Amino acid sequence: MLQLIAFSTLNGVLYGMLLFMMASGLTLIFSMMGVLNFAHASFYMLGAYFGFEISRRVGFWPGLVLAPLMVGAIGALVERYGLRRLHRRGHVSELLFTFGLAFVIEELVQMVWGKLPVDYRVPPQLDFVAFRLFDTTYPAYRVFMLVIAVGMFAALLALLTRTRVGLIIQAALTHPDMVAMLGHDVPKIFMLVFGAGTALAGLAGVIAGPALVTQPDMASLLGPILFVVIVVGGLGSLTGAFVASLLIGLVQTFAVAMNFSFAEVLGPVAPPFLGDLWKVTIAELAPVVPYILLVLVLIFRPTGLMGRRES
Amino acid sequence: MTARLSALAPWLAFAAILAAAPRVFPSATALTMMSVMGVMIIFALSYNMLLGQTGLLSFGHAVYYGLGGFVAIHAMNAVIHNKLGVSIPIIPLVGGLAGLAFGVLFGLVSTRRAGIVFSMISLGIGELVSSSSFILRTFFGGEEGITTNRSKLAPFFGHKFGPQLEVYYLIAVWCFFCVLAMYALTQTPFGRMCNAVRENPERVEFVGYSPRMVRLIAFCFSAFFAGIAGGLAAISFEIMNAQQLGAQQLSLVLLMAYIGGVGSFAGPIVGAVIITLLQIMLSDVTNAWQLYFGLMFIGVVMFAPEGVVGWTMLHLRALRGGAAWRLAPAYAAVGPALAASGAGAIMIIELTNRQLAEARSEGSAMRLFGFDLDASTLPPWIVAIALFALGTALVLRLWPRVGDAWVAVNTRLNFRGEG
Repeated sequence: MLQLIAFSTLNGVLYGMLLFMMASGLTLIFSMMGVLNFAHASFYMLGAYFGFEISRRVGFWPGLVLAPLMVGAIGALVERYGLRRLHRRGHVSELLFTFGLAFVIEELVQMVWGKLPVDYRVPPQLDFVAFRLFDTTYPAYRVFMLVIAVGMFAALLALLTRTRVGLIIQAALTHPDMVAMLGHDVPKIFMLVFGAGTALAGLAGVIAGPALVTQPDMASLLGPILFVVIVVGGLGSLTGAFVASLLIGLVQTFAVAMNFSFAEVLGPVAPPFLGDLWKVTIAELAPVVPYILLVLVLIFRPTGLMGRRES
Repeated sequence: MTARLSALAPWLAFAAILAAAPRVFPSATALTMMSVMGVMIIFALSYNMLLGQTGLLSFGHAVYYGLGGFVAIHAMNAVIHNKLGVSIPIIPLVGGLAGLAFGVLFGLVSTRRAGIVFSMISLGIGELVSSSSFILRTFFGGEEGITTNRSKLAPFFGHKFGPQLEVYYLIAVWCFFCVLAMYALTQTPFGRMCNAVRENPERVEFVGYSPRMVRLIAFCFSAFFAGIAGGLAAISFEIMNAQQLGAQQLSLVLLMAYIGGVGSFAGPIVGAVIITLLQIMLSDVTNAWQLYFGLMFIGVVMFAPEGVVGWTMLHLRALRGGAAWRLAPAYAAVGPALAASGAGAIMIIELTNRQLAEARSEGSAMRLFGFDLDASTLPPWIVAIALFALGTALVLRLWPRVGDAWVAVNTRLNFRGEG
């Protein structure tokens, strides 16, 4: 039992940090431009595929640097030539645009790399056992993922709160007109933030690709969960996104580990109707848990855990 | 009297088209396709009640279509099992009521706010339902879905709805009355309040209405009609599976409503017909048809947000005002450039698709626009890229002329309007 708790906590934190790598970019972009980027998870998928392609030709380590840069460049182009043109037509147009973009990216990935998962492997330098706890091993690659994710979190925090660039970004969030008056190119800041956010998603893809499965539906599987994270955390709140990422990471990982059903717990008191619902194990319920959480949060705390703004 | 007649004319024409279509296209594939069109017209219109008329972008609308279909199919099986004297034409109503019930339930949660928050909640509910379809296996039937046999229900005046033709007419009748009802709804004070909620919810509150209530009622109506569409789909296909309530179905209906045009009532009808046609025809011609759908959608969102119907209406207005000739030179200049750019883009996509996705199994030789090509050689690629680059550069250069021409047209039309 202790073993289960230890490993689930570790994996849950890891999954949560991965979610936060994407959710942070998504929520920053949202609070800046009011755009919910539907294609954010598609950039994560592009990161994984670029990482795979580079690691196949050159090696894993160049891919770790190059793939996020390429994804970020694509993201910046999308903002410059797509979203910026739609900005004055309102948020629904922008949302629809990113929806179509997610669709197109998925089709393109299927065309280029096929519908089956690709063989994206853990680099040999990291393919060993990191430590052993209660007779179960923990792979070094997961520790590496955790280090990258935590490092990125620290860097983002330092950038936003301790540097001049972060100061300007924060100011542009709340007072874009004033920042423009002071001589900063606000549209360019938007473009850079969009590029940086998508690059972060790309980085998450590069490091998550070998550990999870790199396949064309990885974006459509993860995308809705990202939205759950930023809505539960409170739209536009970075701290909220962090808390919600960890929460959902932990809840989902623990749910997967629980292999019993309500019927077993309730025994003979289980109601006779809706037979399926009582027979499924908690593990099978895991994919639904984030959405139940979302609906509950929206009913009882519509602004999200840490959100301030109403819509 | 003439005014009343001219208001009636489109409906008579619509009924005549629905009635005559099977005589013009009697083949089995055409019948199936037209049945799908009828279902999709209802579905797309119900979607546009939210998107176009109330300004709510829903990512969970497939849920009501799918749940309506599932409840309808279970109702059919129950009727067969218990030998009840219920016949097929009632079944879509069961689907509609199921859609309505779920619409009330989820609408109460999701219509509190409009805008992005509404979209996110609807997405969450959509995912919630479609991911629980793999858990509640007795209701959703897991991977295989639930099947039924429509001809085992009680006959309706001697008709057992075995042949597709009878099903088509059933769908056509339901389609006609649903379209009529949805149109009538837009003409009521409630329909106007929906538009007001879309435009300015604050003022709606000032005149004494609750925007939330208006949104909820619109949401319930649209879920009801989506449920009817689902019920008709269940009758037509005799099978329902989890895909019917997932993201795929949602993208399809969004595509239909948007490409047809969300600004006019007829837009989604035209969109449903076009997309159903394209879906069947394009998938015969190319494997990359979904990519074309995606690109088409982005193109419409970026360059023609008024959709096919809105675009046609603009031109009809210019034509009636006698100013359309001003557009001709600009269109004549841009048209060939646009065609070259499009042809280049199609060539690039097809060559890429051939070389990357199909070359291993089917070889790199292919036929494109009537030419025999080999995707592994350089010349076709050079032609494709040159066409695309030149065409796009020309379009970018010439596009301002179209804008100028429209300014001239609008000035003239407005001048006449004032005079």
